[in-house]
Amino acid sequence: MRIRIRHETTYRYAEPPRMAVQHLRLSPRNHDGQHVVDWRIDVDRDCRLVQSEDAFGNTLHRFSVDGPIESISTVVEGEVTTFDMTGVVAGAVERFPPILYMRETPLTTPSAAIGDFARETTSKESGTLAKLHALLGAIHESLTFDAAATHSATTAAECFEHRKGVCQDFSHLFIACARGIGAPARYVSGYFLGSDGEDQVAGHAWAEAYVEDLGWVAFDPTHGVAPQEHHVRVAVALDYLGAAPIRGAHSGGAGETLDVKVRVAQAAAFSQSQ
Amino acid sequence: MDSRITQFDELAGADGRTRAPYRKLSQWLAETPPELLASRREQAELLFRRIGITFAVYGAQEATERLIPFDILPRILARSEWTTLEKGLIQRVTALNAFLADIYGAGEILRAGIVPADLVYRNPAYCPDMAGRRVPYDIYVHIAGVDIVRTDDQGFFVLEDNARTPSGVSYMLENREVMMRLFPELFALHRVAPIENYPDELLATLRSVAPPRANGDPTIVLMTPGQYNSAFYEHSFLADKLGVELVEGRDLFVRDDVVYMRTTEGPRRVDVIYRRIDDDFLDPLCFRPDSALGVAGLMGAYHAGNVTLANAVGAGAADDKAMYTYMPDIIRFYLGEAPLLQNVPTFRCRETEALTYVLDHLDELVVKEVNGSGGYGMLVGPHAAKAQIEEFRAKLKAHPENFIAQPTLALSTCPIAMATGVAPRHVDLRPFVLQGANGARVVPGGLTRVAMTEKSLVVNSSQGGGTKDTWVIDDAWVAEEPMGQA
Repeated sequence: MRIRIRHETTYRYAEPPRMAVQHLRLSPRNHDGQHVVDWRIDVDRDCRLVQSEDAFGNTLHRFSVDGPIESISTVVEGEVTTFDMTGVVAGAVERFPPILYMRETPLTTPSAAIGDFARETTSKESGTLAKLHALLGAIHESLTFDAAATHSATTAAECFEHRKGVCQDFSHLFIACARGIGAPARYVSGYFLGSDGEDQVAGHAWAEAYVEDLGWVAFDPTHGVAPQEHHVRVAVALDYLGAAPIRGAHSGGAGETLDVKVRVAQAAAFSQSQ
Repeated sequence: MDSRITQFDELAGADGRTRAPYRKLSQWLAETPPELLASRREQAELLFRRIGITFAVYGAQEATERLIPFDILPRILARSEWTTLEKGLIQRVTALNAFLADIYGAGEILRAGIVPADLVYRNPAYCPDMAGRRVPYDIYVHIAGVDIVRTDDQGFFVLEDNARTPSGVSYMLENREVMMRLFPELFALHRVAPIENYPDELLATLRSVAPPRANGDPTIVLMTPGQYNSAFYEHSFLADKLGVELVEGRDLFVRDDVVYMRTTEGPRRVDVIYRRIDDDFLDPLCFRPDSALGVAGLMGAYHAGNVTLANAVGAGAADDKAMYTYMPDIIRFYLGEAPLLQNVPTFRCRETEALTYVLDHLDELVVKEVNGSGGYGMLVGPHAAKAQIEEFRAKLKAHPENFIAQPTLALSTCPIAMATGVAPRHVDLRPFVLQGANGARVVPGGLTRVAMTEKSLVVNSSQGGGTKDTWVIDDAWVAEEPMGQA
């Protein structure tokens, strides 16, 4: 499937900072399940955009701009062809052995309740893949999608307590559970092609877990599915913090507001709607 | 086990005959009236209080905390003892460094199966962001504090490696300064190796690892988390001795991968940061996003090779207590040498057999948390209450991989001067090892920590331990006397 993506992020400041720095993880890479046809990244400020690769093999762009800065707008836009690999992620850039993805992070530390949930959910299943699918279903069922319930620093434990959250929280919970049952797991940030074609207010996130003999397998607990060709994978890490599309800091200034517009559509449909 | 019987006293020796390095001190003690000792103790207290008042300028509420008990009697090591120790320390720190370069590089020791990969990759101090990168001159551990104990005349044991931001060197330097003012006559009697050059050696080490573009004239800063950090006094003390700026994160900024310091004359490029701030707080764009102590973009500048951080980010992966148990193998693997300093025999509770033994012998063992420090999260079996032992039993069963256990060592004792007279107390030693592109070295001595209460084995200052000046004296000078003319 050919998917066209446009993702615009604008930071505005009521009181302009004198300097700002941003790290962008906004550029997808190829693997067996996706091919990047074209991709461009554009920052509307005068700056030097430095490209490198981060520890996990994600493409990282960094820049710093001098103030006074009233706003910074970053647009990424491009086209990616996806192939249905039944959730298996092969041929991706791998910088670490799977065991690294057993590390606990503050956002994914399992509480006792999560530990119990993971055990109970998977106790009847045999084999890692079956257990992971059981987790996928159970998390999708027990959590309610609620954008107002959590924020970017909400931990898996907090989300599980309230049983509410967004894709980030669903994914953190899945990761905590997977690691809890001994499967290395990681966070994926990317894009999802929905059925309605509406503009989205954020990118999407899901998880990957490592299964012996299969390798890395993707799970989308928000939608309760194994990603096939509707997902475009951009960055992976131990949790949201390592894969976040944008991490920034500014000195001076105040009153930051964030505006995100994401449009994901089938390439043909996209061009028709232009 | 009664530690009073088996313990080794560094003055009295095993047989009660004064050991060579202490002969002059022992004689001097015998000739010195108790009143003199008492008055010197008061003077010492006064001197430290005076310095203490100076500290109070920075953090008045914490000033009392900073008066760590000081004992006026020096701990003395013979040059020959020191030479052994020095070689062992340099060997150990060289191996620690090689290990770090390997686990962030080729990972040969993991492939060889010497250290389990999960122990490295799941170690909270292992920093994924450092994988596949080189650090300037391949030096990760620029400053190490290695905690040493002894149990007899012969060997030294390493109790713990500190490869992150070891503290205590300011006490080493100040103890010496105070001792020289208090006891000029004792310094006249002994040839004490100087340690005052530590700041110069540290500066030379930091200069040696500066990025090449600094052209031999690097701008070096000492970065502190700020005045509320418990070691802030040491940070300001060292910056002063080094003659470098003491900065906080907010004094620095990064533009296009170059670190600058804000000065009254405008931005100044920074080449080397001696950072006394933990990895997690260094850069909010890479680590904790809520850190207000770090510098946004610092890691980018570091990876670009435009600034050197000492110690390197992720160096803590080598010094946790689980890795400690592998140190003898690590030394053999990288250096092809037998370890010169012994490890304390250690049970890895992650291994089932060891765990069973430990659970059966909790009342005899010292149990430590793999990632604990400062004597917290520690069980000293022989001195623990029943409830505390049971509490640890539960913890061990729940998370065995978080713990190691060691036999209670009969730590050596040294005399201390108390109001009631001279008495032996348990001690350890933290020498400071420096490692740069210009080689590795140790100033002769270190920080001797002493448990001020009788029989106590806990020397940590956070737990009421005190300090002593540590002397390395030349053997030739000591040997003179017993040889005498018949």
